[in-house]
Amino acid sequence: MLLVLAMLVPAAAADVFWFGPGLPIQIVIASLSALLAESVMLALRREPLQPSLGDGSALVTAALLAFALPPLAPWWVAACGSAFAIVFAKHLFGGLGRNLFNPAMAGFALLLLTFPAEMSRWSMPIVVASHHLGFTDTLTTIFTGVPPVAWDAISSATPLDAVHSGLKTGATLQEVLARTSTAHSASIWSSLGILLGGLGLLGLRIIRWPSPVSMLAAVVVSAGLLNAIDPGTYPGVLFHLTSGATLLGAFFIACDPVTTAASHRGRLWFGAGVGLLTVVIRSWTAYPDGIAFAVLIMNLFVPLIDRLTVPRIYGHAR
Amino acid sequence: MEVTIATGRQRGVRLIGAAQRSAASAPSAASAPPQLALSLALPDGSSLVPVVRIGEYVRLGQVVAWSPDCEGTPLHASVSGQVSAIELRDAIGMSARMPAIVIDNDGRDERDPGLIPVADYTLRSAEELLARIEAGGIVGLGGAAFPTHLKLAPTPSTPVETLVINGVECEPGIQCDDMLMRYRAESMLFGAQVMLHIVGAGRCVIAIEADKPEAIAATRTAVKAAGDARLSVAIVPTYYPAGGERQLIEFLFGTQVPAGGLPRDVGVVCQNVGTAAAIATLIRTGEPLVSRLVTVTGLGVAFPRTLEVRLGTPLSHLIEECGGYTPDITRLIAGGMMMGVALPHDALAVAKTTHCVIAATAADLVPRGPAMPCIRCGDCAEACPSHLLPQELYRHAVEEDDAGLARFGITDCIECGCCDAVCPSQLPLVSVFGAARRQLQVNTVTTERRDLARQRFNAHTQRLAVEQAERQRRLKERRPAGRKDE
Ligand code: SF4
Ligand code: SF4
Repeated sequence: MLLVLAMLVPAAAADVFWFGPGLPIQIVIASLSALLAESVMLALRREPLQPSLGDGSALVTAALLAFALPPLAPWWVAACGSAFAIVFAKHLFGGLGRNLFNPAMAGFALLLLTFPAEMSRWSMPIVVASHHLGFTDTLTTIFTGVPPVAWDAISSATPLDAVHSGLKTGATLQEVLARTSTAHSASIWSSLGILLGGLGLLGLRIIRWPSPVSMLAAVVVSAGLLNAIDPGTYPGVLFHLTSGATLLGAFFIACDPVTTAASHRGRLWFGAGVGLLTVVIRSWTAYPDGIAFAVLIMNLFVPLIDRLTVPRIYGHAR
Repeated sequence: MEVTIATGRQRGVRLIGAAQRSAASAPSAASAPPQLALSLALPDGSSLVPVVRIGEYVRLGQVVAWSPDCEGTPLHASVSGQVSAIELRDAIGMSARMPAIVIDNDGRDERDPGLIPVADYTLRSAEELLARIEAGGIVGLGGAAFPTHLKLAPTPSTPVETLVINGVECEPGIQCDDMLMRYRAESMLFGAQVMLHIVGAGRCVIAIEADKPEAIAATRTAVKAAGDARLSVAIVPTYYPAGGERQLIEFLFGTQVPAGGLPRDVGVVCQNVGTAAAIATLIRTGEPLVSRLVTVTGLGVAFPRTLEVRLGTPLSHLIEECGGYTPDITRLIAGGMMMGVALPHDALAVAKTTHCVIAATAADLVPRGPAMPCIRCGDCAEACPSHLLPQELYRHAVEEDDAGLARFGITDCIECGCCDAVCPSQLPLVSVFGAARRQLQVNTVTTERRDLARQRFNAHTQRLAVEQAERQRRLKERRPAGRKDE
């Protein structure tokens, strides 16, 4: 579990470089909230605090949630999301290993539905922002909810947001992409960080290849198909792969052992479903990014997938 | 000791530093102890019937017990001397005390005059040779101790194409097969040829693990010297449980033995290298199975080694032969690191199934933390050689859901312990599965009995009803008849 956290470091570094020190602060807030929620729930369930508190699973949930939050979101956003993830998505389902939904994604979905305004105030990449928030400014913004300058000066749409809303205003995809190119390069760097960490996880055999490979393959195929049909409306494969939480989803979320299918074959189906749904949600719904909902929907299908993909036992006929 | 999941096509685990290697010198014969105890226990929990009396003088190789219902093969005296007792004793791997014949060794090793070699086996019929093998008390020496004559017996519907001589140690750390191939390859091949003659197979594959270069070299040389085109050597990657019959067949031929079936169903018969050598001894000298190779290993014994040990030798004597215990011995195990059983004391005797004794220290054992919840990581499923989903089996075992256990194939679990060894949550999977399997058997038997009782009861009620109806019919018939009479 702690190695999973370590593998998030490259991506976190890229994020801090492009968007300032918001992410680490969010991670700390989310972690504290998660640990508190975990302790309270363990106490309520009359279970010993150790070893559950020390197994690092709550910290991983918190860190993944923090990655999905806007870096300057108010502190209670991270705190609420994290607590919800631990209390509702994890412990009410029976604790570690029994949860149906990925806790981090359940927390994120709740936040997206309840605090849409706070959840859409994404930071502008430092290089283009007219005002640069230092550590203390960031801290004050997160804790008071009021930035030292106008929000407009420091926030901007994410590339996915830009495409999503830009197309509605009648701009062509190429214009929108040009406008958001700096934000997109920031997101490419974070994606590279995630990729590095993800390959590390694969190399250390902490995660297995089926879910990420099938998820990315599904994204490539479905996005590629749409782009081939109508290049003016649907962005290309590379854009899908490097924006939003695609890679984070592939390597850190779809691979969560608890909420994915049991067998390799089942995991291939699970990953493919997540990838396909992500592109569907991005293309045709009100939400710019679809990873969280795609994962949650596929979580629901895991029992079914498991039932249909029981491996053939040695010596039994196919 | 460290465990990792085997990579590649094979399912199983790799064990790094599993017990320490026993010394690489030729296996010497352990001295015969002053007193031996030949356990009459059979693997299925039944026991042989003694044919000698207390006080009787027995010679080396003389039958001392046999199985009237042919469940097991006869047992022979492994020394000459006087039978001093026939009593219940603890036996390795048995929960209850089992009868044993205790012999006071007179040290003279006087051979039973009835032991005669077979001059030219190629002139003998399969039946005759099988009868010799049965009378010679020969069983599978890989650990399962299944009677060899039964495994070799001809079945016309399933001809044997290939004989596999299994030189893959059943568990890491054991060295009997390695030692045998290094120093007695010629004898092993002779045994293989005898078996080829019996089953009428056209080829024989000797399977050896890749990490045993000396055994491979020695066997190859012997194959060349034998000049028999039917013999060939196959190298098998080192992983556990590559030595399992079904796993080995899958690796060698790419076919799986059908569930509930035998290797014969795919044209294969497997025999352990030790069994082959024992058959060679029997045919060449007439001597039945009275000794076997035993690996004594672990950091808890001074000089680990593989020894030729007479059946019935107490483990304490064996440990003495290896220089005694070291101070930090913590556990005595019979069998390997994966499937071995912890022993209560060392007064137990070597039996035909005893291939390894581990005097383990803390460093030999896999440290086990407290069990944590299953996180469904799937490592266990990846390691399971039977392609089961141990995480699902575990869930259903905990819930005592027999139907779920059956659906996920609990009866196909070979209790190899791979899942257990790789589980990051340290769940006691294999012991839970063992218990669940036995419970399921009990439950099935109870259900069967209940069904049988219900059937009998129904039949009984029905019979009563039929009889009643019959009686009434007759009564009715008689009455009008009577009336007529009136
Ligand atoms: S290895 Fe252990 S924790 Fe992982 S799925 Fe299997 S039983 Fe669960
Ligand atoms: S003990 Fe049973 S379930 Fe576990 S790996 Fe071996 S065969 Fe599979």
